[in-house]
Amino acid sequence: MHPAFSVIFFTVASGAGYGLFALLGLGNALGLVPADRVFGLCSLGLATVLITAGLLSSTAHLGHPERAWRALSQWRTSWLSREGVAALATYVPLGAFGIGWAIFGNVDGPVAIAGLLGAALAFATVYATAMIYRSLKPIHQWHNRFVVPGYLAMALASGAALLNAFVQIWGRPQLAVGVVCAVAIVVAMFAKQRYWHFIDTTKSASTPETATGLGGIGKVRLFEAPHTEENYLLKEMGYKIARKHAAKLRAIALNAGFRIPLALTLLATALPGPLAIVASSVAAILLLAGLAVERWLFFAEAKHSVMLYYGAQTA
Amino acid sequence: MTSYAEPAAGAKKLGLVIDLDTCVGCHACAVNCKEWNSGGHSAPMTDLDPYGANADGVWFNRIHTFEAGEGPDSRTVHFPKSCLHCEKPACVEVCPTGASYKREEDGIVLVNADTCIGCKLCSWACPYGAREFDADEGVMKKCTLCIDRIYNENLAPEERVPACVSTCPASARHFGDLGDPQSDVSKLVEARGGYALMPEMGYAPVNRYLPPRAGKKAVGCTGAEAELAKPAETAGLHPLLRWMDKVLSR
Repeated sequence: MHPAFSVIFFTVASGAGYGLFALLGLGNALGLVPADRVFGLCSLGLATVLITAGLLSSTAHLGHPERAWRALSQWRTSWLSREGVAALATYVPLGAFGIGWAIFGNVDGPVAIAGLLGAALAFATVYATAMIYRSLKPIHQWHNRFVVPGYLAMALASGAALLNAFVQIWGRPQLAVGVVCAVAIVVAMFAKQRYWHFIDTTKSASTPETATGLGGIGKVRLFEAPHTEENYLLKEMGYKIARKHAAKLRAIALNAGFRIPLALTLLATALPGPLAIVASSVAAILLLAGLAVERWLFFAEAKHSVMLYYGAQTA
Repeated sequence: MTSYAEPAAGAKKLGLVIDLDTCVGCHACAVNCKEWNSGGHSAPMTDLDPYGANADGVWFNRIHTFEAGEGPDSRTVHFPKSCLHCEKPACVEVCPTGASYKREEDGIVLVNADTCIGCKLCSWACPYGAREFDADEGVMKKCTLCIDRIYNENLAPEERVPACVSTCPASARHFGDLGDPQSDVSKLVEARGGYALMPEMGYAPVNRYLPPRAGKKAVGCTGAEAELAKPAETAGLHPLLRWMDKVLSR
């Protein structure tokens, strides 16, 4: 599948934003994050910017962005529509939580409940995003049980890394935040490695034989393509990545996205203030960069069954 | 609405039956599809850079050619592919706006170009590559089963079939109601063992493909003897004896 920049940016940025928001809502209810207004303004502000920039980016790949509001109507069947509804709904508790915290300096009672409700809606939004991919049967590398846990864990890990950097910068490090961050990174790494193992060891049940129904005659191969130039299908669904490049990029994603941020997060719990700030900030930045590579691969390594009609032997 | 009623038993299911035995791979169906639909329901069928180095454009029908099997048992099969108007069209289910819909009255899957936001998700959901994005208009396009021909009372009754069907010089394309077991197309499917593509996807396509008939492996009659004459039994004899044999054999 073609890795569109707008969708990669959207899923990584919004994922981190929703993860950060959810952890702020939960962390506030548990008293793990500083209650001061400037902290609330900056951390929730960053979450809002990430979420909003991602959502706006996702509308950039539409043929008619001005009609995007129509996407809210078909939530009964469409995960894309559900994602849109959940994303917009999340702004309500996000706004209430933000106004209560940053403007009125109140983080208790209804404001805390708004934070918790927001955490639930943020979870629902990321879940819906993942289900858009999970529900597509023609793409074996997406239509599997490792996609949803991966998206959720990576959103949580990136949000946790940002939150950890924030509390370190604020001089209010919390061991619990560092531990949550480290655990989230480990879970996300595990989910991603299981995912990679799955797509390396399995393939779609569809073959050129089932695609054409000619398997009864024998092995089926493309003799002549329908057209000489690339069409929409080949540009959108025919993206190919060399295996050796995929292996390198996976190593980059694994190290930048998970291993080094994990080491830095653990290190930050033991280091004195300024060094802990550097370690946790670098961890957050690296993690987001690593996830961008991971997300690029998520598209580039996905094979669509339509390519069976264009000479692919597996999907 | 992207939620759709699954066709009840006996409901009308308009679709195509494509005979892979007689298709000659001439692409006339694709060309006539392009011609008709350039002014039809989903017009225009945009071409980008049509005379340049990177020609690209929207087509509803594409003709692939496959080889199946090895050696004398192999077959070359021309394989036209367009929207299969599935009974369970995931392209319709995933549409976030309701622009993609399946008509209850005849099962045709269409796109409303006025409400399509061009998110392309339907094209990802289609395993068959039946949908092509029009980058110029910013909306998704697909086969309409020539909805503007099949019900068009301004056309002579025999012309009220999809453009691809009307133009096929080999009569390899058939149009009709596959929901009616007594229709000509249903009987044809029954007689020839017509099948659906990628049934494992579970989309229940309406269109059917008729498999190539068993090939003839024996050589046809060329007017020559089927076997070469056997070498004369006298081949190893002395020339004198062979001459005598020839003379006596007369």
